Amino acid sequence: MADLIKVGMADYKVGRSPSTLISYGLGSCIGVSLYDPIKKVGGLLHIMLPDSTQARRSDNPAKFADTGIPLMINDVVALGATKARLVAKIAGGAQMFAFSNATDIMKVGTRNAETCKQVLRRNGIKVIAEDTGGTYGRTVSIDLSNGSYKVKTIDRGEKNI
Amino acid sequence: MIDEEFNLTPNQLDALREIGNVGAGNSATALSQIINKKIDMNVPKVSLIPIEEVPDLVGGPDAIIVAIFLRVYGKAPGNILFLMPKKNAFFLVDDLMGRPHGTTQSLDEMDESALKEIGNILTGSYLNSFFHFTNISMIPSIPSIAIDMAGAILNVVLVQLGQMGDHAMVIETKFLAEDDSVNGHFFLVPDPGALSTLVKAVGVE
Repeated sequence: MADLIKVGMADYKVGRSPSTLISYGLGSCIGVSLYDPIKKVGGLLHIMLPDSTQARRSDNPAKFADTGIPLMINDVVALGATKARLVAKIAGGAQMFAFSNATDIMKVGTRNAETCKQVLRRNGIKVIAEDTGGTYGRTVSIDLSNGSYKVKTIDRGEKNI
Repeated sequence: MIDEEFNLTPNQLDALREIGNVGAGNSATALSQIINKKIDMNVPKVSLIPIEEVPDLVGGPDAIIVAIFLRVYGKAPGNILFLMPKKNAFFLVDDLMGRPHGTTQSLDEMDESALKEIGNILTGSYLNSFFHFTNISMIPSIPSIAIDMAGAILNVVLVQLGQMGDHAMVIETKFLAEDDSVNGHFFLVPDPGALSTLVKAVGVE
């Protein structure tokens, strides 16, 4: 029986085949998945904000893209993955409420997505699939037996990326 | 570590609860007059919770809800959210439009506009109470509406709080009508810093 491991907001989990890692209800947050297709190990990170240096204070590095991603890379490698083989998929980064005078904080989804890609690139990890933006929430899960990343929405069905 | 500004004394918590109570009372009365039904409400909860647990207050991050969101401007800025399970929101629309319960299956522009107006009215009556007790005027934005997963919707406010700390202070009231046409959670989530402004203005130690 394959495990279903839940990943909460501002948290990450790593695991190996045949587990599935799942994170519910992402809005402007991003679900970043990492996967080593040979070792079949991977991780899922649910970040809320792009940049920990702009935050006033926090004890939780998994809340931010710039600190959360390196942390998850380490843990996935510790589970047996080879860093050079890791591939990433990302989803989320929506703008949930449309305001005509949207402030920067309302557009945090876009910044989240950009920063995730930058941090991954800086770590030499390729983003092979992406489903970001829009105005709707997503539930994401990664099946560690094959690396398939499922993105589920309420009105727009679900897809594997 | 809990951020210092959340260190409220029991008296200050009581004061916030009381202001919230009067505000929610105003809101419930207004709503009751619009749909001509009796509305019950609970005594507001003022609670400090870890940010990642906030979605659990409304049925978990993947529960489908209808949310009306208003930003509050002024010296004590914050966010207001009125959250309803989808079914109850549709009942409320039916009541507002004078249709039998169960008619609404999806929201058209008119329905959304009606719900936003409810958000406006609830917020206006609610914030009145804050002005009355604190003399700080809190000016709401125009409302915005979304139907989606609770986690995704709450992201909007949690992200702002998340920039400052790891906890959220929420003032929460539940509204309930006997026939399920209203079943909603009304949240005021003050921005970091706004809470101490409010408490100081009340003058309670």
